[in-house]
Amino acid sequence: MIEADTTTFLVVLGFLLLAVVIALIRVIKGPTAPDRVVGLDTINTIVIVGMVIFGAAFRDVIYIDVAIVYALLSYISTLFIAKYLEGGEF
Amino acid sequence: MLYELIDIIVYIFLTVGVFFNLLAGFGLLRFPDVYTRLHAGTKCTTFGSIFICGSVILIGLRMWLTNNPNGSILTIHTIIALIAILLTNPTGAHAIARAAHRSGVKPVGAVIDELEGKPIKNAPSKKKEVKKE
Repeated sequence: MIEADTTTFLVVLGFLLLAVVIALIRVIKGPTAPDRVVGLDTINTIVIVGMVIFGAAFRDVIYIDVAIVYALLSYISTLFIAKYLEGGEF
Repeated sequence: MLYELIDIIVYIFLTVGVFFNLLAGFGLLRFPDVYTRLHAGTKCTTFGSIFICGSVILIGLRMWLTNNPNGSILTIHTIIALIAILLTNPTGAHAIARAAHRSGVKPVGAVIDELEGKPIKNAPSKKKEVKKE
């Protein structure tokens, strides 16, 4: 059995890019604002996973650190967009 | 022998994770409603992320077993990223669902709103129930 090398992880990244494109169709088409927010949340999670895959592909840790920071920042942005949709005060 | 087993498990985990992430995209495209789209877009990506991060953790363990010092750092940082995903993703989904309900989006085909405690106006099957009673 061959060890999972750079080519394998790049193929996986291609499939994840396909998922991002499909979710982007929902962001563009979405009839209401919460639909677009759901699409953005899905894209955020897939991008985090893609960063982890990228770090494993090139055996470099700095991409995974970026993924951790991106996860926390996208969570905060999602919470604030949800608060804005809800119409409450901050 | 151990390394071959780890390689096979890594390939299986990568396949499962990619399959569920693609399923999240297709579910987001096909479902009719905000709430059902949340089911697809959040649960499937969380489940797929667990498997993909698990495969990267196994890659790091394999590097660590072959005396590569970067392997342990890769493993620990991927575990931290996985914990961040597992903590933030369901909470964000709950916030989006609450905001969607507060901003007036109703589920497709629902008759009664249990959170508000009153029937939905212009529901598709409401007239039939009134006639029966």
